[in-house]
Amino acid sequence: MNIAVLVKLVPDTAAMIRLNGDKSGIETRDLNWVLNPYDEYAAEEALALVEKHGGEVTAVACGGDDQVEALRKVVAMGANNAVLVKREGEYDQLASAKAIANAIKDRGFDLIFTGYRTTDDDSTAIGPMVASLLELPCVTEVNKLEVGDGTLTAERNIEGGSEVLEASMPCVITAQKGLNEPRYPKLKGIMMAKKKQIETVDAEAGDIRTATTTMDYPPERPAGKIVGEGVEAVPELVRLLREEAKVIE
Amino acid sequence: MPYHALDYYRLDEQLTEEERMIRDAVRSWVSDRVIPKIDEAFRDHFFPQEWIPEMAELGLFGPTLPEEYGGAGIGDIAYGLAMQELERGDSGIRSFASVQSALVMYPIYTWGSEEQKRNLLPKLARAELIGAFGLTEPDAGSDPGSMLTTATKVDGGYRLNGAKMWITNSTIADILVVWAKLDGVVNGFLVEKGADGLTCPETTGKWSLRASVTGEIVMQDVFVPEEMRMPDANGLKCPLMCLNQARYGITWGVLGAAQACFDSSLQYALSRPQWGKPIAGFQAVQEKLVHMATEITKGQLLCYRLGQMKQNGTSSFRQVSMAKGNNCRVALEIARIARDIHGANGITDEYPIMRHMMNLESVYTYEGTDTMHTLIVGSDLTGLEAYKG
Repeated sequence: MNIAVLVKLVPDTAAMIRLNGDKSGIETRDLNWVLNPYDEYAAEEALALVEKHGGEVTAVACGGDDQVEALRKVVAMGANNAVLVKREGEYDQLASAKAIANAIKDRGFDLIFTGYRTTDDDSTAIGPMVASLLELPCVTEVNKLEVGDGTLTAERNIEGGSEVLEASMPCVITAQKGLNEPRYPKLKGIMMAKKKQIETVDAEAGDIRTATTTMDYPPERPAGKIVGEGVEAVPELVRLLREEAKVIE
Repeated sequence: MPYHALDYYRLDEQLTEEERMIRDAVRSWVSDRVIPKIDEAFRDHFFPQEWIPEMAELGLFGPTLPEEYGGAGIGDIAYGLAMQELERGDSGIRSFASVQSALVMYPIYTWGSEEQKRNLLPKLARAELIGAFGLTEPDAGSDPGSMLTTATKVDGGYRLNGAKMWITNSTIADILVVWAKLDGVVNGFLVEKGADGLTCPETTGKWSLRASVTGEIVMQDVFVPEEMRMPDANGLKCPLMCLNQARYGITWGVLGAAQACFDSSLQYALSRPQWGKPIAGFQAVQEKLVHMATEITKGQLLCYRLGQMKQNGTSSFRQVSMAKGNNCRVALEIARIARDIHGANGITDEYPIMRHMMNLESVYTYEGTDTMHTLIVGSDLTGLEAYKG
């Protein structure tokens, strides 16, 4: 089985995010960078499948040289190959998806995994866009996967329940939390990843059609409201929780 | 509450990619596996055995050794960072890794026969064998040269007699690195669990390192075959070199405990209102937080430079003493300040403060007391030894 995992390096989810001076983006200087947590589920699923069925896992990232760190993390987890789709400057989602699709289209992947979203800009687009560009089926937010001979069965949560889908392969799967428990990279794997040759291909992306203009912090939370004191205040509190806050029924 | 590590002087920029990856891998494992369980283990006084194979799988035992002996060939700075992350979880778990790596695998690698190395090191790396290190005795602590344990040459090997105490993992160890005097010279022996005349009673009643097993090693005419003596381990300098390895790990480790206390203090101070504002907004509390952060940052720089010198092979045991002494001292002080900032809440196990504080009381003393490290540096500066009788 020949599997690709599309990954991205993102700011540590525990990091305090600050905007840069003109609010055109975030201040990146003091940030610790990590592999997008949902891409870890994607990588784990790919590695486990290859351990079971044989084959190879190729990690793919699109971006500048900083993305090599994301690739090395997946190699440290056990991936066989790593490809950097190298781009200069900022891309929008479609440009990134095109660059990735062009880079992987002739590599004969049976499955393409990626996280269902990236925790930096909350994008969920890359997986489905790559699938569309390659004319492949796509199942998003998968939390359970069975792979058979040329087909797969994927389960995903939907509002109030779950949905099971069958799809033919090749197929793009975007991974949701719960799909598996990602392994920790071993110290030996990390030392081996350091020596791994990273293949670099130039991005072919076409025009960039969207651009971020400004970013801003969420509005400050309004001050709390004191509705009264003691037992007498309870009916009013219950009414407000039910009718205004809508947190009880 | 997610953990925020302090990196005020952007040491991260100095680290290599693999150093950061190793640090982050251990940090994640500690967050996921150690933090949720550690308070129970500490309270109920046990070491969660399921952590041992997981640590082995990560590669935390003997990681600086070459791959052919089961190591990962990581550098000293990466090793230090791993120790820092383990001790952010608990000093007991860092102690486990220190003993296996610095006090058991290191001497076998350094002074063992090729056969001992090939047989034992990969098994110790995989934690198929657990090791312990026996140097300290009831009447030989800071002055290990006064040890009473003896080895006597007999047909095919040696007979060992004596008692060791304060031995991490002695009760669960498969193999004990025991230091004993043979014709008046300290030698290193590998004593196997189950040997006739060997008992390892557990030390009870500890208020520190409760998530770590401590015991004695009592030997009455224990036979050790010739092939289990480490051929090149002759002289007191050998166990002292082992301690130097472990002390190096401690200098990084205690900063992990200190950072856990600082992080908890900062978050607590920001979320605890008094007189209508977070206590972090009061000058007296800020002064404490700044003092903690400054000492952690100084400690990090000390560790990093020491790690560089160790990697170059130019560090001396005196420099390790300065760092071990300083970092344990400041970590303990930081834990106490953290307790103060947390007010009454600081005494409960809702926060990691008292656990780290109680652990650090041991770490301050073991692997060379604070006083000994001071006097080692003192004798180097003045040329006058002030610690011998």
